[in-house]
Amino acid sequence: MLHTFVALVEDKPGVLTRVASLFRRLNINIVSLTVGHSERLGVSRMTIVCDASPTAGHRIAASLYKLENVLEVDDVGQLSHVARELALIKVATTPKTRSMVFELVEVFRARIVDLAPESLMIEITGVESKIEGLIQVLNENGDRILEISRTGRMVMRRGQHTSRVLDAMRVPGMELPEDKGEELTGAPSDALMAEETGFD
Amino acid sequence: MASKGKGTNQSTHHAGNTSASGRAGNATKLTGSEILWATLEGEGVDVVFGYPGGAILPAYDALRKFPIRHVLVRHEQGAAHMADGYARASGRVGVCVATSGPGATNLVTGIATAMLDSVPIVCITGQVSSKVLGTDAFQEVDITGITLPITKHNYVATRAEDIAPMIREAFLVAKSGRPGPVLVDITKDAQQASAEFDFAAAAPKPHRPHPMLKTESASILAAAELIRNAKRPVILAGHGVLQSRAGEQVRTLAERMRIPVASTLLGLGGFPASHPLSLGMMGMHGEAWVNHAIQQADLLIACGMRFDDRVTGTLATYAPNAKKIHIEVDPAEINKNVKVDVALIGDLKEALEALLPHLAPRDAKNESAWVKEIEASKGECAVRDIRNLPDNGHLYAAHVMHDLWKATEGKAIVVTDVGQHQMWEAQYYKHDEPRTLITSGGLGTMGYALPAAIGAKIACPDKEVWVVAGDGGFQMTAAELATAAQEDLDLNIAIVNNGYLGMVRQWQEFFYEKNYQSTPLLSPDFVKLADAHGILGTAVSRRSEVLAAVGKARGHKGPFVINFMVEKEDSVYPMIPAGSALHEMIRRPEQNPLVETANDH
Repeated sequence: MLHTFVALVEDKPGVLTRVASLFRRLNINIVSLTVGHSERLGVSRMTIVCDASPTAGHRIAASLYKLENVLEVDDVGQLSHVARELALIKVATTPKTRSMVFELVEVFRARIVDLAPESLMIEITGVESKIEGLIQVLNENGDRILEISRTGRMVMRRGQHTSRVLDAMRVPGMELPEDKGEELTGAPSDALMAEETGFD
Repeated sequence: MASKGKGTNQSTHHAGNTSASGRAGNATKLTGSEILWATLEGEGVDVVFGYPGGAILPAYDALRKFPIRHVLVRHEQGAAHMADGYARASGRVGVCVATSGPGATNLVTGIATAMLDSVPIVCITGQVSSKVLGTDAFQEVDITGITLPITKHNYVATRAEDIAPMIREAFLVAKSGRPGPVLVDITKDAQQASAEFDFAAAAPKPHRPHPMLKTESASILAAAELIRNAKRPVILAGHGVLQSRAGEQVRTLAERMRIPVASTLLGLGGFPASHPLSLGMMGMHGEAWVNHAIQQADLLIACGMRFDDRVTGTLATYAPNAKKIHIEVDPAEINKNVKVDVALIGDLKEALEALLPHLAPRDAKNESAWVKEIEASKGECAVRDIRNLPDNGHLYAAHVMHDLWKATEGKAIVVTDVGQHQMWEAQYYKHDEPRTLITSGGLGTMGYALPAAIGAKIACPDKEVWVVAGDGGFQMTAAELATAAQEDLDLNIAIVNNGYLGMVRQWQEFFYEKNYQSTPLLSPDFVKLADAHGILGTAVSRRSEVLAAVGKARGHKGPFVINFMVEKEDSVYPMIPAGSALHEMIRRPEQNPLVETANDH
C-alpha cells in the first residue's frame, strides 16, 4: 500500500541522498518525493510517497528519525489532510484542434500557460486522480501528449496541527500553541471539500 | 595516560598554548590540524590508532604538540578495529585516523563492524583539497558516500572553522542513543587553514528530543502486570545491558522476580555467568536448555537486544506461547523481527528503574517450579563434561577454552575472532563481568580479534587481555603482531589451529555432504611468525600442556603467542541450522568421544 510521510529535514548538502538511500536499503520503492523550503529558515520539507507493506509505517518513520539531519517525521496515513500535485502537460495541437483541449481544460479547472503553433501547455493542480483523469481524457480524445512533468504529492494535515519541530527546536521563553493533534482538526468547509473531492 | 611503548617516536613536549580545551570564551587562532587535536584532547581522547598519508599529513605534523598517543597500525582496518576494541573495553569513544583514498577505504570493514554492533567510534580521514574535490584527484575517494549506510552519520569539513563543531558533534552522535560509528572527512586545505578555536563555543546543540522514545506509565504498568502474572518468564539480556550499564538493574529484576536470564553473544558478561539464575548464551549455538526455556516461556523480557536471526531461529515458531516485552533504545527495532506486546522505548537502565518500583518481590515458592524445570532440563540436555573427555592424544578446543577460563579465573578480557573458536569461547569461558568478552557479533568480521585486543589492552592496561582466534581469521590481520611488538603490549594470543576454516567446514560437513571445498588451510608456523616479530611463542598439541603454556604466557611481560593444535574436524554443538526452529538443534552424535554432559566444573 502507499504510505505518505512528511519529513522536516535540515537544508544541507547530501540530506536528500541520505533519505533516498534509506529507502534503497529497505528495498522500498519511492513513488514520489518532493522537497522545498518550509516555514522555517534552514529547514526543508519533504513529502515522500512510497509503496510498502501496511505494517511498514512505524519502521520507516523510526528509520528516518535515525538520520541525524531529519528533524521530524509525520506518517500522514489516514489522518485528515490536503494532498495536491502540480503537473505541466504539453499536448500536440493545431489551431483546429485547440478548442477541444480548451474545453477539457475548463472542465478540469486547469489553465493554459503556453500556446505555440504546434502545441500548448496545460498547468493543472489537484489530487493525483484529477491529474490522471485529465491525462486519460486527453489520450481518449486522441490528443498526442508530448511531455508530462509532475511534482508528486505534497501534503499538509488539516486544522491546528503544528509541526512538532517547532517544539523540538523551541528556545526557552518562546511560547507556542500546544499541538492538540487530530482532535482539534476543524471540519473542512464545503467549498474546500468540493475542490478536493470534485474529481476523485 | 597509558605508558608509551618502545619504538614509538612520540614526542612528549606539549605546546601549552595550543591545547586550549575547556577554556570557555577563550578563542585562539589555530590551524585546522591543531584544532583537530585540540578538540580531540578536549573530548578526553588520549590515544588514537592510525596510519599517516598525504592528505592527513598536516594533521600528523601538528600531533607532536598534543598529549595524544598515536598507535601506528599496519593496515587501516586494524585502526578501526583497535578503536572499536578500545571503545568496547572502556565504554569510551574510540578514535582512528587514516589518510584519503585507500587509507579511508581500508577502514570500511572496521566501520561496518562497529555499526552492526553499535560501538561508538569516531573515524578521522584526510581528504584531498576542497578545490579539487570531485575531480578524481590522486587518492581521492568519496568516503562519506561509501560509508553513508555504515555510519550513524558522517561529515565533510572543508574549512578550518568546521572542524571543532563537527568533531564535537561526532562524539555526541557516536555515544548518544544507540551508539555507533561516525566519520569526519577533513580536506587537506581545511587542515592547513587557520581559524579561531574555542572548544566550549563549538559544543553541539543538545540532541533533538526523539519523539518516538516513550516509556510512559501505561506501558510500564502493562509490563509490570505481565511480569507479575508470568509463570515461565525469561529475561533476554543483550548488548544494551552493557551499553546502558544496566547490569545492576537486570540483576535486581531477575533476583526480585526469580527470573532466569539468557544472554545474547554480545550480552555475555552483562549478567554474571556464575549467578544461579544465569542460563548462558541463547541462539544458534546456545545450550539446549537455554533455547528450550525460551521456547517454553510464557513471557520474554528482552533487554537491549534486537531478536537477531542468530538468536531466534525461524520466526514462525519462535517462543510461540510467550508474551513479549521489548525494552530498547532504538525505536526502529520494535516489531522489526518479532511482534511484541509491550514496548518500552528508551534507555534500558532508566526504563528498568521506572519498572522496578512496580514489582513486589516474588514469593520464593512460586518461582521454583519453572527454575527447577530448567535446572532439570540441563541434566536431560546432557551437555559436555570437560573432565570426562578422553585424553587420547587429541586436543579439543573445548579443553583449551575451559582451561583458559580456569587459569585466568574468568577475569581476563577475552577478544575473539569469528568462527568455531568464538562459539567455544562463548560456551566454555564464563564471563562474570561486563566488557570482558569482546567479539564481532553482527558483522562477524574475521580478523577482528588481534587488532581489537590491541585496542582493549591500551584501554585497560592493567587488565589481562587474551586474543582467541582461529588460524584462518588470525592470518587476515596477522600484520598487527608488529603493532603489538612495537607498542610492547602485554597481550596473550591463543590461536585455535585446526587447519581448516572451521565454521565453514562444519557447515560443509552438515549441509554440503562434507565437500570441503576451499576450507583446508595451510598456515605458517605461528611460533616462528611470532619469533620473526621478536615475540615469544609456543605450540601445544596435548591437553596436559595447556595450563603450562597459559601460565607461561601470563607470566611473560609482553606479547606471547600460543599455537593450540586442536582436533581438526571437531564441530560446535548444539547447532540450530539456519531457518530451523529454536528447539530443532543438531546435537553431538552419541558415538563421538566428546560426549555432552551437564557438569563442567
